Amino acid sequence: MASCLRHGAHVTSEPIDDPTGGRPAPRRYGRGVFLLTVAGGLSSLAWGKSVWGHVSSAVSPVASSLAPFLPTGGWRIYTISGSMPTFDRATWRLKIGGLVEQPVSLSYDELLALPRASQISTFHCVTGWTVQNVHWAGVRLTDLFDRAKPLPEAGALQFVSAEEPYIDYLTMPQALLRDVMLAYEMDGKPLPREHGAPVRLIIPEMYGYKNVKWLEQINLVSDAGSGYWEQLGYDQDAWVGRSNGYSSAPAPPAPAGASHRGFFTR
Amino acid sequence: MTRYLRRFSRTERTLHWVNALGFFMLLATGLILYLPSLSMAVGRRPLIKDLHAWSGVGWIAALALVALLGDRRGLLRTARDLDAFDADDVRWLRRRPAPQGRFNAGQKVNASLNAAFTVLFLVSGLLLWLGERDTRFRFASTVILHDGLMYVALVLLVGHLYLALVHPATRHALRGMTLGTVDADWARAHHPKWVPRSGDDGGPR
Repeated sequence: MASCLRHGAHVTSEPIDDPTGGRPAPRRYGRGVFLLTVAGGLSSLAWGKSVWGHVSSAVSPVASSLAPFLPTGGWRIYTISGSMPTFDRATWRLKIGGLVEQPVSLSYDELLALPRASQISTFHCVTGWTVQNVHWAGVRLTDLFDRAKPLPEAGALQFVSAEEPYIDYLTMPQALLRDVMLAYEMDGKPLPREHGAPVRLIIPEMYGYKNVKWLEQINLVSDAGSGYWEQLGYDQDAWVGRSNGYSSAPAPPAPAGASHRGFFTR
Repeated sequence: MTRYLRRFSRTERTLHWVNALGFFMLLATGLILYLPSLSMAVGRRPLIKDLHAWSGVGWIAALALVALLGDRRGLLRTARDLDAFDADDVRWLRRRPAPQGRFNAGQKVNASLNAAFTVLFLVSGLLLWLGERDTRFRFASTVILHDGLMYVALVLLVGHLYLALVHPATRHALRGMTLGTVDADWARAHHPKWVPRSGDDGGPR
């Protein structure tokens, strides 16, 4: 700032009200900065996601160790109602009903007593954000089916959230993809409230809105209906990268057997 | 006796504080939507979403209203001033001593960046809102742009607040943005090419 003072003293001793007198005209850099920034920002709509994907996978060893200290961990919490459901371990039940031989009502401890499955999968939100390598633990639907015994005419599952009126559906083949689970643990800890405590649906092949949080009831039904977001115009089958306007290719029919393997091993 | 010079007109000050109010409103509601811990503590996401979107609309509308109803000619003059970089400004940006006008070169760059950010916030926010209703407006990178803008804008804001409130050499400038006037001696030291020769009150009104 001393230099400012020196210049100040210098300048005030001379006429200054003609700042361009005898000097080159000023450059219009201001609008240049403005236009370049706007252009760069708008063009990032085309490259932002892929560049960010490269950056985050390049720094992923660092990022995963930093994750506990980052404010979001990459997650954004979407809810549709005024407050998040609360979990009371004593009274909570998961009910499986509809087209089944044996309706089932499980307490939280009974759910934990079922065979435990775990997986690492990537979570994609339809709005564009992605959380890579989430550690999930929970139960497979087949282990619930062993108890409830779906009837042959059951062609789809309705997942009912405690956050009303959130529901969504999967067809039976979709629900039987190998890495679909009811997750009660996330990254080694009991599923946090904002992620759907105590248990949520995980189907990594589909966008997050199919991954119903605060799950409290599963009804076996004959056909898949429209879930909460589907009624607002989102696709029935929310395949990652192949639905909701992200690709011109129509969503394929539900892969029943081998084709899901590619997702799982990715 | 301390002599004061008028640095910012009433229109300019109103525009600044309307801009600040809108920004903080959007930042507060945006962070509630963005940070999981705040999302959980506050809840009521649909309401916060509406508040955020309408704050954005209100922000732009209020800025436009102030510009239309206020001293338009003065604003245009200021905009031209912010746009123009002379040889001293370029020298200043290269961290060499150079006398500055009513705005120093850093303030000019900051103004251009903030104007561009306003446009980009508005466009990406509008795309997020439309994309929720129509897949034609849905892009995988919109949310990354909107969030990225927030991070960079926060850095600019912290720098701005430091210079306006904390840094001893520059914090006197806050007086110009609240009362409209600044100490003539301070102005002569920091903005010598702006200060009128006689030291009279000759700034914009």
